[in-house]
Amino acid sequence: MSSLHILSSLILIPLAGAAFIFIFLTRGDEKVIARNARWAALWTSGFTFLWSLYLWFAFDRTTADFQFVERQEWMPAYNITYYVGVDGISVLFVLLSTLLTPVCILSAWEAVTTRVKEYMIAFLLMEAMMIGMFSALDIVVFYLFFEAVLIPMFLIIGVWGGPRRVYAAFKFFLYTLLGSVLMLLALLVMYQTAGTTEIPELMNAGFHPDLQIWLWLAFFASFAVKVPMWPVHTWLPDAHVEAPTAGSVILAGVLLKFGGYGFLRFSLPMFPDASVVFTPLMFTLSIIAVIYTSLVALAQEDMKKLIAYSSVAHMGFVTVGTFSLNQQGIEGAIYQMLSHGVVSAALFLIVGVVYDRIHSRRISDYGGLVHRMPVYGLTFMLFMLASVGLPGTGGFIGEFLILLGAFKAAPWVAALTATGVVLSAAYMLYLYRRVIFGKLTRESLQKISDMSRREVLVFAPLIVLVLWMGIYPPSFLDVMHVSVTNLIEHMETARAGADALAQAAR
Amino acid sequence: MALAEVPNLIPALPELFMAVAAMALLMLGAFHDRSTEKEANKAARLVLYLSVLALGLATLLLVMVPDGRVVAFNGLFVTDPFATFFKVLVLLASGLALIISRDYLERQGVARFEYGVLMMFATLGMMMMVSANDLISLYVGLEMQSLSLYVIAAFQREDPRSTEAGLKYFVLGALASGMMLYGASLIYGFTGATGFDALAAHFEGANGHAPPLGLVIGLVFLLAGLAFKISAAPFHMWTPDVYEGAPTPVTAFFSVGPKLAAMALLLRVVMGPFGELAEQWQQVVVLVAILSMFVGAFAALVQKNIKRLMAYSSIGHAGYALIGVAAGGASGIKGVLIYLAIYLFMNLGAFAVILTMRRGERMVEGINDLAGLSKTNPMLALAMALFMFSMAGIPPLAGFFGKFYIFLAAMEAELYGLAIIGVLTSVVGAFYYIRIIKVMYFDEPTEAFDGPVAPEVKGVLLFTSLVVAFFFLYPSLVLSGAAAAAAALLGG
Repeated sequence: MSSLHILSSLILIPLAGAAFIFIFLTRGDEKVIARNARWAALWTSGFTFLWSLYLWFAFDRTTADFQFVERQEWMPAYNITYYVGVDGISVLFVLLSTLLTPVCILSAWEAVTTRVKEYMIAFLLMEAMMIGMFSALDIVVFYLFFEAVLIPMFLIIGVWGGPRRVYAAFKFFLYTLLGSVLMLLALLVMYQTAGTTEIPELMNAGFHPDLQIWLWLAFFASFAVKVPMWPVHTWLPDAHVEAPTAGSVILAGVLLKFGGYGFLRFSLPMFPDASVVFTPLMFTLSIIAVIYTSLVALAQEDMKKLIAYSSVAHMGFVTVGTFSLNQQGIEGAIYQMLSHGVVSAALFLIVGVVYDRIHSRRISDYGGLVHRMPVYGLTFMLFMLASVGLPGTGGFIGEFLILLGAFKAAPWVAALTATGVVLSAAYMLYLYRRVIFGKLTRESLQKISDMSRREVLVFAPLIVLVLWMGIYPPSFLDVMHVSVTNLIEHMETARAGADALAQAAR
Repeated sequence: MALAEVPNLIPALPELFMAVAAMALLMLGAFHDRSTEKEANKAARLVLYLSVLALGLATLLLVMVPDGRVVAFNGLFVTDPFATFFKVLVLLASGLALIISRDYLERQGVARFEYGVLMMFATLGMMMMVSANDLISLYVGLEMQSLSLYVIAAFQREDPRSTEAGLKYFVLGALASGMMLYGASLIYGFTGATGFDALAAHFEGANGHAPPLGLVIGLVFLLAGLAFKISAAPFHMWTPDVYEGAPTPVTAFFSVGPKLAAMALLLRVVMGPFGELAEQWQQVVVLVAILSMFVGAFAALVQKNIKRLMAYSSIGHAGYALIGVAAGGASGIKGVLIYLAIYLFMNLGAFAVILTMRRGERMVEGINDLAGLSKTNPMLALAMALFMFSMAGIPPLAGFFGKFYIFLAAMEAELYGLAIIGVLTSVVGAFYYIRIIKVMYFDEPTEAFDGPVAPEVKGVLLFTSLVVAFFFLYPSLVLSGAAAAAAALLGG
């Protein structure tokens, strides 16, 4: 299987596409270049997606081992290798990345008219980095991809963003960088202590509990910013509001998952003792995030900002689930990340649809859209309800599992987190009512047209997916189940080992 | 017996070649017809091309000189893989700097053949520094380099800023040389030796006895002089003014060449003869590193002139490299070597971009003059963006790897505080690097720069940006070279 080099090719195809656009689409009329760049990017990302489906079909759901593993000598003097592979936790994120990129490119078809070529290159580069990040099995490779994403995202926000784009881009860049450099130091300490940079080996390195505390905190600095957790979430609303639609989609759909994925890949298996120590902190911050940002979302006047705050709240669920440290909680967290990846991406696209027409994101500029845009109203409703967590949509499964897991870990956490479900219903329904229902009174909306065929095509895969995730969750849970079980068992053995060691020392 | 009296010249062959070539070029220039401006230009161009050729030949000779450690001239001169590594970098730096100078000098009307010759002599001085194995040859090499550089800094002699830069550099440089000499004399006074090997033997014989205070003071003076040359804080005061005033290609050279040589010398001095006194010098180096990183990060925030900004950036980079020195050991040395090798490419590349900043036949140097470069000249903007992201240490660009190995060494040496300060200042530094990208990509364009970019500058830009962008594909070449160099330094 690994002879296909599937993961490497998934990383390389978008890079090759970007290189093709960069090198060959240089001459001629600007419009022709733009059109060719769009098509080249769409073909590349579409092909990448189809190729990535191989992972879905060939993935062995009965083992927790890393699959499709590839290893290539890179820096032999330092014993650092190019090492990639996926397990049940990461494979779905790879697929999420390959799915959302063509969606983004298609959504920007008409919305982006300046520097189209560069825009497409940035998205293809980002796709390669996201796939690389989720499939990296070496901490240096991981860090490389994790950080490299900053470059295209910084440019996407800054070049194609809204009026306060410069501020938002800087804030995004510096917040993330500050967290990441501390993680870099932690990675170096781990390399020093364990003598290896390979993630599977580091999971069994058994760091001393005192060291774990520091390492955990350094990783926390990076992942908490990415997730983002309260109180370091403030970059997110700015970045989302200013980013172009497709930028927001990738940001909410995939980049936020870097943090949640990081907790699952590093913090839990490598620092199990520290994870237990910090569980109360994580619960507290997550609950504050869920309740506080939900209330903030309720007060928003800007659609994108509202959805951005709802993202913070939903990611709060994810961290609650992750740190409930049981099967339901962790599976729920992964499920919630995937469904949030689809749903929040769709919601930003929905804002993008009307923004492209009216060029306003203010909720008060809309109202009564259902009269002229019935298809739009229906799509919006579906994703609005999925975001609320209505049974039958992907959002429900994730939230339900998280609450179940949290209840097993600490009932009061579940109780407080559950208020987030209620609040999310409040702000989402309120948003929907103000935008879609009511009388169509505004002058600017009188001639607004419903979704075009291209826009329907953008939403179609997301609609299918969100319903599939809601109606038949086993297709996805089966993929992650064995890996999650393994993760929990691994944590328990590691902790038991540490306890025995502590006993013996006494 | 007659044979024994002829010193072994083979180890110094590249240096000898450089010296002869430089003098030959001096003759060539002096006797060339320079009666008209056109002829003078021709002479300058010829000398410049020939000196690039000579640098290339010297590099070839360097590679051909047998590996391993050879001491020559009664222990004054040493060649080993460590010296070779640095000499290759120095030759590369001066070669690239010479190549990008041609167009600038001709446009500014200062194309004179002395430029190429002086650069050759400066390079020769640097090579001597790298190979110095005695406090005396150290000083001779350093002065040879410095005196040539003082002149080059003031090369644009009609421009008051350039002459001011030259004078400032000379006065402060002389002060630093004085301090170094004083330090060297103290060291000699307390140990009775000037040779590095003899000094090392002396300290090994001390068996852990605390060194006399006077010796430590001498060592500190020596370090201060070297810190001046690598423009580390608090000896950095001259840097922004000289960088701003000197002709841009000269600044490009200043920011890499002398630093490389001085850093090599610093490493050789602290790891070799004073290796036993690590406790004494480590504190000094740590302090200088922290100060440099702070100055580099915070003072650069408010700069409006891009050459001044690059000056502060280079102070910061000196600080990072010093982390590796403070960490010591094989991994520390390797870290410094890799860092400097990468720094050479990104810095020369960035200066090549600055060289193209010309509007209405005048050089412009404001950061805001770069506004909208991504629209007016997308390739140039892309190259600059690569260099800036790389300097900020964002992977997968080369600059990240430089920092990576430095911090790895710091962690190995358990200098956690220093590493944390390092990464935090690098975030502050990232702010001003990405500010340049912001100006180029997010701001509306002003007037375009005068085109077209000279072909040599284009070539250097292409070369350096490819190295910076694709270093990650094949890092092993630099890594193994650095490893061999580090092993040689520690073994010797």
